[in-house]
Parts: sequence; C-alpha cells; structure tokens
Amino acid sequence: MARTVTTQRKILTTAAAWTICLIIFFPIYWTILTSFKTEAQAINDPPLFFAFDWTLENYAIVQERSDYMKFLRNSVIIAGGSTILGILIAIPAAWSMAFVPSRRTKDILLWMLSTKMLPAVGVLYPISLIFVRFDLLDTRGGLMVVIMLINLPIIVWMLYTYFKEIPGEILEASRMDGATLKEELLYVLTPMAIPGIASTLLLNFILAWNEAFWTLNLTAANAAPLTAFIASYSSPEGLFFAKLSAASTMAIAPILILGWFSQKQLVRGLTFGAVK
Amino acid sequence: MSFKSTLCAATALSLITAGGAFADGHAKTITIATVNNGDMIRMQGYTDHFTEATGISVEWVTLEENVLRQRVTTDITTKGGAFDIMTIGMYETPIWGANGWLVALDDLSDDYDVQDLLPAMAGGLSHDGKLFAAPFYGESSMIMYRADLMEKAGLEMPDAPTWEFIGQAAAAMTDRDNEINGICLRGKAGWGEGGAFITAMSNSFGARWFDEDWNAQFDTDAWANTLTFYKDMMDAAGPTGYATNGFNENLSLFQQGKCGMWIDATVAASFVTNPNDSTVADKVGFALAPDTGLGKRSNWLWAWALAIPAGTQQQAEAKQFIEWATSKDYIELVAANEGWANVPPGARTSLYENPNYQAVPFAKMTLDSILSADPNDSTVDPSPYVGIQFAAIPEFAGIATEVSQEFSAAYAGQQTIAVALEKAQAITNEAMEAAGYR
Repeated sequence: MARTVTTQRKILTTAAAWTICLIIFFPIYWTILTSFKTEAQAINDPPLFFAFDWTLENYAIVQERSDYMKFLRNSVIIAGGSTILGILIAIPAAWSMAFVPSRRTKDILLWMLSTKMLPAVGVLYPISLIFVRFDLLDTRGGLMVVIMLINLPIIVWMLYTYFKEIPGEILEASRMDGATLKEELLYVLTPMAIPGIASTLLLNFILAWNEAFWTLNLTAANAAPLTAFIASYSSPEGLFFAKLSAASTMAIAPILILGWFSQKQLVRGLTFGAVK
Repeated sequence: MSFKSTLCAATALSLITAGGAFADGHAKTITIATVNNGDMIRMQGYTDHFTEATGISVEWVTLEENVLRQRVTTDITTKGGAFDIMTIGMYETPIWGANGWLVALDDLSDDYDVQDLLPAMAGGLSHDGKLFAAPFYGESSMIMYRADLMEKAGLEMPDAPTWEFIGQAAAAMTDRDNEINGICLRGKAGWGEGGAFITAMSNSFGARWFDEDWNAQFDTDAWANTLTFYKDMMDAAGPTGYATNGFNENLSLFQQGKCGMWIDATVAASFVTNPNDSTVADKVGFALAPDTGLGKRSNWLWAWALAIPAGTQQQAEAKQFIEWATSKDYIELVAANEGWANVPPGARTSLYENPNYQAVPFAKMTLDSILSADPNDSTVDPSPYVGIQFAAIPEFAGIATEVSQEFSAAYAGQQTIAVALEKAQAITNEAMEAAGYR
C-alpha cells in the first residue's frame, strides 16, 4: 500500500531541503558577494549583505595581475584529459570485474579503494622524484597521469556498480549473436551504461578540477591550473579577501556552469540502480 | 551527436592535448617562486623594467606562505629545478645554505653595495659568513597603539614599555560596551603564527626553547610566567576567540578600531596607517615591543629574501634579477611611483638615512625594532640556537607547530597552562631525541 504523505510533512520536507541547500550554498554565495566589495568592506563588522557600493575593481586587478586564460586552459586540459584517460582504463576493468568476476574481485576492489586512504603527502617525495627523473615536473601530461591514477579507484568503483545493474544475459545474448568483445563493449554495454558513464565522467571531471594538492606541488609556471591561480591570492600577512574571492569566483564559474547544465544527467547517473 | 561520437572526439582531443602537454618546455626565462604580500606583488608590477633593461623575461609563481614553503622545500630537496629564484625566510636560509642547496651570493657587483644591507638582516641570511639570500624586505615586531584611546585612558605610552605597563594599559583601554579590546595578540596555532609571537615574548621573560645541551626548557618558571601573563591579560582585555587569531584577524580588528594595542610585524604599520583601508589611520602610535627588564625585548626579526637554488641552469640571470630587485635603485623606483611609505622596508641602511623616508611616521620605530633584535643572542640565558622567534634547526617547524597547538588549546580553555607546558616539554624532548640532538 502506498504511503500517504500529508501536506504538513511535504512542507516540512521542502523546508528542510531548502535549509540544507542554503547552508551548503552560503559559502559560495558569500564568496561571490565579497568579490564585489572593497577590501575594507570585505572585513566590515557587521558583515555587509547588500548595502554597499558594488565594484568590479577586484576582477580588474585579478585580470591585470594573472593570465586567467592560461590557468583555465590548463584546468580544462588536465581535468578533461585525466577523466577521459581514466574512463578508457576503467571501462574494461569494471567490465571484467562485473561480468567475469574471480574469487579475488571483491578483494581487488577493496584494495583499490584502500589506496584512497593514504594521505597524499605520504607519497609526495616518491612522486616528485619520479617526476624529476622523467622530466615531468610542471607538465600537463604528468599531472593528467597522476590525477587519473588518484581518481581511478573511484571511476572503477562507480562503473562497476553501474555495470552490475545491467543483466548479464543481454551480453550473453550479444555473444550468441556473434558479437566480439570489442563489439560487446562498444555497442551493447556502453550504450546501456551511458547514464552511469556520463555521471562518472562529470563527477571525476569535478574531482580533477578541484584537485589542489598535486596541482600545487607538481607545477610551477607552465602547467599550473586554476587551483594555483586561487592559491596565488591567499595570504597570511595582508587582507586580500576581496581579491581572493574574485579569483575564487572566476575559478569556480566554469565548473558551476557545467554542473548546472548537467545536473539532470548527474543526478540520474548517481541514483542509477538505487531503486530496483 | 551520439555518445560514442562524443566519447571518441573527446578521447582524440585528450590524446592530442596530452601529446602537447608532455612536450611542455621550460622557456628561456627565469621562474621565481614568491609569497603573496603587498611588497612582492608590487615587485611583480615593476618586472617590465627589469626585462627592458636586461632582456630576461620573468615568470612568477605566487603562493600562500605555507604552500610556498612546502613547494620550494620539495623542489630543492628533490633537485626539481622548477625555480631559478625562491623567496625564503630567515629560518630556511642558514639551514639550506649549510646543506649546500643554495648558491652563495658572494660575488655581487660593487654597485650593489652589499655593505649597505642592515647587519642584522645580512647576518640572519648568512651561513659561515657567506650571504645565501638577499633581503627584499625585513621586519621586526613592535607595538601599534591607538593614541586617542591611550590618552582617554589617561596614560602615555613610553617608547620602550614594559609588559607590566602593557597589561595595565590593556585593562584601562578595554571598553566591552563599545567592542574595544585593550590588546590584540596572535594566539593561532602554527610556528609562524602564535608560535612566533609567544616565543619572542618568552625571550623577554627569560625563557628559552633549549638549554645548551638541547634539553627542552618548558618546565621552567620563565615559560609558566610567560603563558600565565599572556593568558590572564588576553582573557581580561583581548578579543573573543583570540586563541584562533593570527596576523590577518588582528589586522582586521585593528583597522576597524577594535583594538587599543596590537603587537605584531612592523610591516603592518603601512596597513594600519593607510586611510583607504584603516578607519584609525590617523590615530596610530608606535613603540618598541615590551620587556620585563631582563635585557631582552619581545620583538622578532624576519626577512623575506631572494635565493638561488643550487640546481638552476640560469644562475647568472637569477643573480642579475636579485641584484635589481634588492637594489637601492629599485627602492628609488618604487618611491618615485608610489611614495616612500610603500618602499620595501628593513633591508638597507641607506633607506633609514634618507630624509624622505625618515619623514614616514613608522620608519624610526621600525629601524629601532630591527636594530634591537639579535638572532645570535636572543635569550637571557645562553642557548645553542640562532633565531629569535624560532630556532634555526630543521626540526623546529614541526616541533613548534605541535607545541603551539598545545598552547592554543590552553588559551581556549581546553586545558590548563601547566598541562600544555608538560605536553610541550614531552613533545620537544622526544623529537630532539629522535633527531639525535640528545
């Protein structure tokens, strides 16, 4: 029997959802608002919400001081490249784990996930030395590989979960119809898993976009992405909050827009398989 | 477009960009890692002058101080060679110089006039008498106070006050109804934040980090007196949540007129007297950091300096830049364009002999503060280390960060001062033993 949802319960649920959304969104809202203030207004006590002279001065200063487009280009290439490389490796891996599991598949999956538990700084020196040895420091290619490897466990796990929802009988039927492994992956599995693959792509693109530890430690002037752009406006000795906010707004704008337009796909993919 | 086509196109694009990405080359320019503060940002704006004069291009990598420290340390220890010039401080320079990680600046041109560098700065940036980094700007710490509130409290700030006077003045200036705190001081955990302040303060109370055999000294009365005085004064006259306040938080409070006194870096003087940012710009007075009559004041000494990592392929170009950026001519260039109050302070003797600079309100007190700080003799009782607000040994940053966390917890009332000191003693002795000092 379907559960009856009362109007009062609906109102409460909606109010709770809005409250949580506002709490989550407030830091972003405040960052954007601060970016239009002067440095003095940014630290004003009590805080200024709307009653201040809005200025674009911070954006002008940030544009003048930094080559935003260079950082943006690096972010797009590094995040995009690492995500696609990861997907290319993860699809066959997840396929084999989902449809041709061995006795150790679950152990391997857990081991892959356990690598995420190691603090990144624990491998800073080995990775740095490898980068120095192979002349990869401050290159976008080197960063793509590192970020791809960092996110690979999540990509494999996500795809594995989605693939498990696909009935194996369909793949078997395609094999009986004479499909090769390549055809099975490309023409049968992939189209059915599009929502899952798309949401994995998006989520990993966002993770790669926001990755700060490695992008700050393995870059200098050439391959630095937007995380380094933001870091260049942070200062423990001087009040530059308005400029920092302008830089942050410019750095998050592309990913916010991407997230906004792809939210339907993202939610559909993330809830894929949640209800049977 | 089908998903497959999109995926194929994206993959192709990714591989093409990856191919190009691996081929990123290091252009024939010098790359400089630096911190984000007013003077450094100003220098970036004048880089074109250097490029025009020499034909050498400059790429800047600007990072937050702690991130920069981690980044350049990794680079220099792995011989990464990502940077041709690094901005480092007085803590790193002698250690890195001793390890052979930096190029000695012992062949600077006659025009540079190395003898003009303030002796305290040159000394702190040298190892075995060799200069390893050129000071871009230097700082000490001093008292910045609201002259109007001091007058209202019926007190007069001496040029060289004692902590006893500061305690009395803080109580007298506190006006909770009007949100005015008598005194604002750093309490935030971190060796360069609250750790630096309390270490410098402890020197004036006769405390030290180590005795001559590298034994921790937190079990002494001098340390207990330091922390007790600090906490009592801040509880009575400091801002709410002072245990998490660092430089920026106190600067913000002072600029909004919510601090009667603030003891911090001398570079803050140009911020609090800038009418564009500060609501109390015309009401600020300056005095030397306080003492207790034991012969040491509680001011520190620091310099942000430019150094050349030993692995750079562009040593000559890097040296040219350092000579330009830390020269008398650069100071003149900034003064001509932005006024004398905005030139990088604390590096050259000639700056303080310049009548134009002497007219800047905080110039004399800054110089007096710098001159009264001696990193080679910072404690009342003898100590085996160099440094005032730090001990110039590689282990110090890690130890002091942990110790300052214990102190901050005590300021916040999460533990007693006695417990914090007990933990500090154990942390320090354990780390020094592991490092082979004891």
